[in-house]
Amino acid sequence: MREHAPVLMVVVPLFGAVLAALVRRPGPAFAVALACGFAVAALAIDLAVAVSAGGPISYRLGGWAPDVGIEYRVDALNVPILLLLGVTAAVATVYARRSVASELPVGRVAWFYALYLLCLTGLIGIALTNDAFNAFVFLEISSLATYAMIALGRDRRALVAAYQYLIIGTIGATFYVIGVGFLFLATGTLNLSLIAERLGEAEAARAVVTGLAFVLVGIAMKVALFPLHLWLPNAYAYAPSFATVFLGATATKVAVYLLFRYVFSVFGAAFVFEALPTGALLIALSLAAAFGASTVAIFQSDVKRLLAYSSVGQIGYATLGLALGNAAGLTGGLVHLLNHAMMKGAAFMAVGAVVFRLGTCRLEAFAGLGRAMPATMAALTVAGLGLIGVPGTAGFVSKWYLIKGALEAGMPWLALLIVASSILALLYVGRLVELIWLRPRPADAAPVAEAPLELLLPTLALAAATIWFGLDTRFTAGLAQAATVGLFGGAR
Amino acid sequence: MSGPVLLLAALLVPATTALGVALFAARPNLREAVTLLGAATLFLVTVLIARDVFSGGRPELVLAEPFPGVALALAVEPLGMLFALVASTLWIANSVYSIGYMRGNDEKRQTGFYVCFAIALFATMGLAYSKNLLTLFLFYELLTFSTYPLVTHKRDQKAIAAGRVYLLILVSASMLFLLPAILLTGLAAGTFDFRPGGILADRIAPWMAPVLLGFFVFGAAKAAVMPLHRWLPAAMVAPTPVSALLHAVAVVKAGVFVVLKVVLDVFGLDYLEATGAADWLVFVAAFTVVAASVVALFQDDLKRRLAYSTIGQLGYVVLAAALATPASTLGGALHIAAHGVSKITLFFAAGAIYTAAHRTKVSQLDGIGRRMPVTMAAFTLGVLSMIGLPPTIGFASKWFMIGGAVSAGSAVAVAAIVASTVLNALYLLPIVWRAYARPATGPEHGEAPWPAVAALAATGIGTVLLFLFPAVPYELARMAVEARP
Repeated sequence: MREHAPVLMVVVPLFGAVLAALVRRPGPAFAVALACGFAVAALAIDLAVAVSAGGPISYRLGGWAPDVGIEYRVDALNVPILLLLGVTAAVATVYARRSVASELPVGRVAWFYALYLLCLTGLIGIALTNDAFNAFVFLEISSLATYAMIALGRDRRALVAAYQYLIIGTIGATFYVIGVGFLFLATGTLNLSLIAERLGEAEAARAVVTGLAFVLVGIAMKVALFPLHLWLPNAYAYAPSFATVFLGATATKVAVYLLFRYVFSVFGAAFVFEALPTGALLIALSLAAAFGASTVAIFQSDVKRLLAYSSVGQIGYATLGLALGNAAGLTGGLVHLLNHAMMKGAAFMAVGAVVFRLGTCRLEAFAGLGRAMPATMAALTVAGLGLIGVPGTAGFVSKWYLIKGALEAGMPWLALLIVASSILALLYVGRLVELIWLRPRPADAAPVAEAPLELLLPTLALAAATIWFGLDTRFTAGLAQAATVGLFGGAR
Repeated sequence: MSGPVLLLAALLVPATTALGVALFAARPNLREAVTLLGAATLFLVTVLIARDVFSGGRPELVLAEPFPGVALALAVEPLGMLFALVASTLWIANSVYSIGYMRGNDEKRQTGFYVCFAIALFATMGLAYSKNLLTLFLFYELLTFSTYPLVTHKRDQKAIAAGRVYLLILVSASMLFLLPAILLTGLAAGTFDFRPGGILADRIAPWMAPVLLGFFVFGAAKAAVMPLHRWLPAAMVAPTPVSALLHAVAVVKAGVFVVLKVVLDVFGLDYLEATGAADWLVFVAAFTVVAASVVALFQDDLKRRLAYSTIGQLGYVVLAAALATPASTLGGALHIAAHGVSKITLFFAAGAIYTAAHRTKVSQLDGIGRRMPVTMAAFTLGVLSMIGLPPTIGFASKWFMIGGAVSAGSAVAVAAIVASTVLNALYLLPIVWRAYARPATGPEHGEAPWPAVAALAATGIGTVLLFLFPAVPYELARMAVEARP
């Protein structure tokens, strides 16, 4: 049984989705989602333990050899992502019941959980599979489920947002699959490990370079890498709160993982960075994201949109770490995927709790909420401090490694730009914090109670994690470092 | 008790105090008792640690290890000991004073005030005892964020605007300059630890040393070296006990403490003297000293005048550090104690005048010496110390700083100290003169509530006592300067 853990991680939520759709009623559908969330978390932990004890796990679907069949592969690089997905699924699903019930009509709740589980299936599949085309299939599963989830938002603008994302996401997927086609042409295989092996002979061939370009652009759209991020703010702002929590914590992270996988395990850093100006381009785009999107975030009047733009900026840090290409940079980029998931998860949960209580997440609605919802707002504040990168929070750990990476790469100016961009985060977080804690509630505002425990506990858990993993990084940075060592082929 | 346990207690006592205060929010008397008990206990703990330091102990404690080889850790050394002693002693005085002031003025949100105050002390203790640059940075930032609610205590438009300036300057500077400086230092030196005699000698390019020093000095914007001083006058909107915390107990002291610590234990006096990497800072600090004093001359608002006076006095410490001679650095370290006890007296007096007479401007202080004799007597002692006249501790620290400037042969430094001493006298003595020589005006009033008066009397006498018995701060400053690897 245990050797089937890789495939179970995909199969459990997939069947859960079917089951949730079949039961049709909100209660049982939620129970299915919750059970799947915890099952996935348990499987992820089990896989992590197995990999750390016995090295990479290769699972052949149906027993077919990798060159003809599909191979799932668990190694140091995707273990952090699987843990991220599993733990988020468990913690976030606890949060889901009341939030979803308050934002969706009863008839659609079960559908929503089915979509959520499908999305989870897709994301886990992308992280697990070692097959280029299979990754495309999972990419599409997660994307299609995401479009529908966003469209279920109660604001009519959610439909436009979903449509926007549908167009951009489809273009991205098309780019990706064309790239995979080129790679298949050049190497005659879809297995990522085998592509990597055979590229050695085919390198510099025009087809490979073209394939690389298509694949990178395709993934960049899913990453929401600046300037391909336009779909994200609306999608996050108008989706149901729970969808925003889940997607904000996981979706772009999985895409970044795929970027890491292609750059380092498939094409190899030497080819991507030395044969092509990818490094310089990626650094420029990451900085543009960190500065551009964070600046836009300062001027948002809707807190979900504010946090969404912040996400675009923060993703820039992860891709920056990738572009740096040295050990500290990669560790910083990878650990930021985990750290940002906690911080943004906590932040979106807190905002979701405000939507639950007030029915809105307009900025002015937050005035004086520190008195009315102290615990929720404290969690939001901690998450905000993390986004700034205040020492003692997880965000600082990421920044520390990134700055170290920039200095070690001989780019002190880049280190300065990284810290300069944190000041933008200080501005957009400061604006929110000032409103929450220093302004009074409007005199005519209805009294507000603290968020219910079902919403509050997961929020506080993620906020506590933001602090815990800012002080004790053995686990998070340890995972990232193990992955980095794996990327360098054990060279360091 | 053993050293590490005491170090842990130095953090736990203010942390527990913060919790206790929050717990007794509904019972003000009990709440204030918790604060006083916390302050007294912390003082006791600090004295015990100091006793250990004087007998040669240098206790250490590892709290966590966020990065491989870089721990969050505490380690006591004489300079930090001096800072911790000053902060924990003044916390007692400030707590007593706060009770009088906050109740006398019917301030709102008093629980939040005492909680944040205790957290600020927590951060100060961590900062003073930090073993390495990472720990220092963590507690430095915590001090900024914990004092932000205090600066914005009044919650009106002006306070919120001041809070923005406060956070923006302090946090931006620390992120932009201090953090890169720390990482650069760590990578170049191969360690983030503070070591007597420094860790950077010959490990960075000669042109890098002045730049790196600049990153440290401006990164620690709490030292208010111009042009990063604007947050300090802005923060004057806060209640007086907060001003006392900012100007005397912790915040600005944290800034100059970082500068001294970096000069002594990161660069090392010998290295700075040999390379002249701090020469440029002499000019910047001298400018800050004189310019701030000139600006102070023209402030009619008493607290603003005192605020610019602080900027000038901090400039002395930075100047002393920049001269990089043993005597000047010793004077600079001593000045942490001297300025602390003197400036807190002046702010206590300003707050007492506001509480009793609702006056905030220098021009309104005619004859106030006769209505508030204790307050103005203490104020006068503070003024003498600020100018650097005996029989107050300000004389001792200035003596060493001038001696250092002379022995370093820096005409600029000597001129700046002399000029600003004259300016200090010019902007402070007229206040005393007004208070005693002019006839009183306005409605009759007496002294402020007794806790406030008791606190300011104690710190006023403290300036004299420290002059008569300077052994503890002097020895600590001497040990800090003379420590060698």
